[in-house]
Amino acid sequence: MKKSFPWFGMDIGGTLVKLVYFEPKDITAEEEQEEVENLKSIRRYLTSNTAYGKTGIRDVHLELKNLTMCGRTGNLHFIRFPTQAMHRFIQMGSDKNFSSLHTTLCATGGGAYKFENDFRTMADLELLKLDELDCLIHGLLYVDSVRFNGHPECFYLENPSDTQNSVKTPCSLADPFPMLLVNIGSGVSILAVYSKDDYKRVTGTSLGGGTFLGLCCLLTGCETFEEALDMASRGDSSNVDKLVRDIYGGDYERFSLQGSAVASSFGHMMSKQKRDSISKEDLARAMLVTITNNIGSIARMCAVNEKIERVVFVGNFLRINTVSTKLLAYAMDFWSKGQLKALFLEHEGYFGAVGAFLELLKSSEEP
Amino acid sequence: MDKSITLPPNEIFRNLENAKRFAIDIGGSLTKLAYYSTVQHKVAKVRSFDHTAKDDPLYEISMQEEILARLHFIKFENAYIETCLDFIKDHLVNTDTKVIKATGGGAHKFKDLIEKKLKLRVDKEDEMTCLIKGCNFVLRNIPHEAFVYVKHADSEFRFQNTHPDIFPYLLINIGSGVSIIKVESEDTFERVGGSSIGGGTFWGLGALLTKTKRFDELLQLASKGQHTSVDMLVKDIYGGSYVSLGLTGDLIASSFGKSATADKEFSKEDMAKSLLHMISNDIGQLACLYARLHNLTRVYFGGFFIRGHPVTMHTITYSINFFTKGEVQALFLRHEGYLGTIGAFLKGAEEDNPNQYSWGENYAGSSGLMSTSPDLNPMQRARSGTFDMLEMDRLERQLVNLPLLQDPSSYIPDTVDLSEDALAREYWLYCFEEALDGVVKRAVASQPDLPEAAERAEKFRHKYLHKLQTLRHQPFAYGSLTVRSLLDTREHCLNEFNFPDPYSKIKQRENDMALKYFQKAVKSLEELSWEQRQFALVRGLLAGNVFDWGAKAVSDVLESDPEFGFEQAKRQLEGMKALGPPHKCALFFVDNSGIDIILGVFPFVRELLCRGTEVVLASNSSPALNDVTNNELQILTERIAAMDPVIQSAVKEDRLTLVQSGSSSPCLDLSRLDKVLAGVVRERHTDLVIIEGMGRAIHTNYYALLSCESLKMAVIKNSWLADRLGGKLFSVVFKYEVKDVKTG
Repeated sequence: MKKSFPWFGMDIGGTLVKLVYFEPKDITAEEEQEEVENLKSIRRYLTSNTAYGKTGIRDVHLELKNLTMCGRTGNLHFIRFPTQAMHRFIQMGSDKNFSSLHTTLCATGGGAYKFENDFRTMADLELLKLDELDCLIHGLLYVDSVRFNGHPECFYLENPSDTQNSVKTPCSLADPFPMLLVNIGSGVSILAVYSKDDYKRVTGTSLGGGTFLGLCCLLTGCETFEEALDMASRGDSSNVDKLVRDIYGGDYERFSLQGSAVASSFGHMMSKQKRDSISKEDLARAMLVTITNNIGSIARMCAVNEKIERVVFVGNFLRINTVSTKLLAYAMDFWSKGQLKALFLEHEGYFGAVGAFLELLKSSEEP
Repeated sequence: MDKSITLPPNEIFRNLENAKRFAIDIGGSLTKLAYYSTVQHKVAKVRSFDHTAKDDPLYEISMQEEILARLHFIKFENAYIETCLDFIKDHLVNTDTKVIKATGGGAHKFKDLIEKKLKLRVDKEDEMTCLIKGCNFVLRNIPHEAFVYVKHADSEFRFQNTHPDIFPYLLINIGSGVSIIKVESEDTFERVGGSSIGGGTFWGLGALLTKTKRFDELLQLASKGQHTSVDMLVKDIYGGSYVSLGLTGDLIASSFGKSATADKEFSKEDMAKSLLHMISNDIGQLACLYARLHNLTRVYFGGFFIRGHPVTMHTITYSINFFTKGEVQALFLRHEGYLGTIGAFLKGAEEDNPNQYSWGENYAGSSGLMSTSPDLNPMQRARSGTFDMLEMDRLERQLVNLPLLQDPSSYIPDTVDLSEDALAREYWLYCFEEALDGVVKRAVASQPDLPEAAERAEKFRHKYLHKLQTLRHQPFAYGSLTVRSLLDTREHCLNEFNFPDPYSKIKQRENDMALKYFQKAVKSLEELSWEQRQFALVRGLLAGNVFDWGAKAVSDVLESDPEFGFEQAKRQLEGMKALGPPHKCALFFVDNSGIDIILGVFPFVRELLCRGTEVVLASNSSPALNDVTNNELQILTERIAAMDPVIQSAVKEDRLTLVQSGSSSPCLDLSRLDKVLAGVVRERHTDLVIIEGMGRAIHTNYYALLSCESLKMAVIKNSWLADRLGGKLFSVVFKYEVKDVKTG
């Protein structure tokens, strides 16, 4: 029995909901005739728009074309919207009478648990709840294996020590294990992955993307991640952070610390005078640098403790965030004296949703 | 007078006249000053007369001046620097010091001021090196330096035994940033890592978020806040806990994760709390990662973020427990704030080789933990204006572990930790308060020729009473509160006011009296059968021990009832056991002067010698209560040897040896004993340790485990303690223990 359409995979995180939707491109005329109206309307709605409501967005540039899955060929679409809009989303599912389609809604992320009951009561929908770390790893390995429309999914930065001139270089994740997988969402989870199904969560930190955005909102009055990143891109963190040279006049040679290294994040802000004259851009930049460096530092220590040299960074914190990407690549390289390599993936935050989607297809193969 | 109007000169910057070797550590808000000084104070000396007529006293007692080396450390707010420098300039008379060692971030800022005021050249020392040197020094010299902080426990401070080997350890210094230093030996240390998210981040970000300027105020705000309105918790994402990973619902998933919204206001308190958690957790996590990487379990935390702040000690402790699942404990240091200045001082004093000596915390001159904490001392003067002090005395002897301790790292001298036992604490504090009148009287009586003795004794009373009051509110002030520490504090206070030996005359009289009975006692013992004699010897030992002016119940009886004599004491004794087979060498920690040592201990020693056992008698280096000192014991031994050929030949053949314990306490810390004693114990293959008296065998060492046979005996001379131990007043403790197996 073939899995009936529509095919979705959903990852409901703390801040964002990530949705992947498989659009069949091989629909026969006969099939099209049998297709119920609301299924058709869902397909049209999702594929003909790039924005949904006020906050839903389709990342068109990430679309995976001509995938063949379970004997069907089609395109995989990547859609995201804030978790805050979850109830509106469920309401829409109810309005479109989604439950009549008899599909399984595969969901992962904490929201699969948190909103399970709302799906049931508001839209008469049962969720198939899936573990987020399983989904993350399966999704990641899958996307890497099918490649990104003919190009590698994975990349690293050539020349990481020179952040001005580091170059994004595609690469293959052909022999991925073991890898340290650092998933930066609202918070951060760090996994040591030894094979597709053999992994452990090494640690995590609460200083993640949510912290960056939350503190930026409080400090600068901005409202979105894009705004915060835009400000950060124009700011200078050395007006906010106390550097080694601010304390020692230059390098701290006794411990071979460079003068340009940050000694105290937000250290200058202890002075009222400096607080009064600081720009929002500088604050946003310092926030971004602080959070990124801290994640880099924890990831590096975990890599050393776990004896893993390949560190893969994923999660939506890295979306349109070249500052952090470069900093992480630099930090891995510099502090490990070239031992560690930072890798990144084009579909940053969508692997959990892809993994959930793969479960949907898997469940159709079994009786 | 001088410019000291704001400074109480009798209390701070003491002994400036002979001060030399200055060091200063100027931090963001506090200045720590160190200097070395010599203190002249009186000691009681005994000297044998060359020839004695029949009625002359046994020996001569004289008061002499002695020079003692003392380190002074003072901590005060930076605002007071100028006043303090003026004060020092005015009081510094005969010094040939040219240099002041300086460290800390503020050192360069005040360089010119210091050089101008004191006419000393400021010589900067590396901050981290000073920190580590200071840390090694306090860990090595101050018992109960390190503690674990437990917020909701009866005693929030759980002091740790000083491990005989302090290395290796990890020091996490949380200043404006964080430095993680691995220390492997006195001179080997490495900054293995760090983080820019530290105290400066809390302060800087906190000030931006809450418009609150001061670090202390930010902590105050944080302690009142609720972080759950700002932080995104696991349950905010999952609706509950994340069961498969064992992450509880209350765990913070994303710090400030809920503040990414324009339509909500957050309270200052809540934001400060969230920030505190975020930074503490982050530091704790890094500390754990480094501890694991370097395979270290001893992790000390310091820096201004920690210093005297229960709030941050708690959050750091919580974080460490969370990330290591209890494998690593967060350790804090009582004198953490002084590490930099101690280290800078040591750098400047290298030619004096301070690390060659052992040093002891002087309880009389030190303020104790949290003396200036507004949280704990709301009744005290405002925080600015308070001075915190630490004084360390250079000990005459280098102190080491008794080589016969079964496990030096787990040895705890004290039997009852009064900081954890509120009932016992109340009782003993009351006891010491009650006894104070008597101690004052005795002190005055001991110096009949000095008319100002009464006035000095009142000062002593005032000081000790103040210490007792402090300890009632802060039992943790000097490490774990114990009967020993109460006794030692009293001795320190007596010495402070030049009452080095209030019991000297009483001891003299009793020694004299007891000597007269020695031959008679030995003779009557020799007439007994072997078995009877063994009983009689033990009984005599215990009976002798009843005579103790230090114990209130006894001194009451002794003072009121002159009939209360040796025979009567013997009758009050109950139960005992015989002694086992002969030993190679016995180490005997003796207790009181007079009957105890002469009629109790010596006949017993004599018997041991006759059985072929060598004997080492360990007595106090300096006076404490009526305990026999090494000096006195030498004279007594000479006199006994003159009467008794057994003792005489033993002394001559070196089978009976006198050593000093290195202690001047009525109690006994087997982890701080004279190095010479330790050497003798090793050379002679000591296989029996005898510990006598309440202070040494009950208040301390009752549970001490030794690697050889041991005998702990005492008569309980305190009815409350007797009740506690389930016995009666004047009941006997007689513990004979072989290694690993307890009997008796």
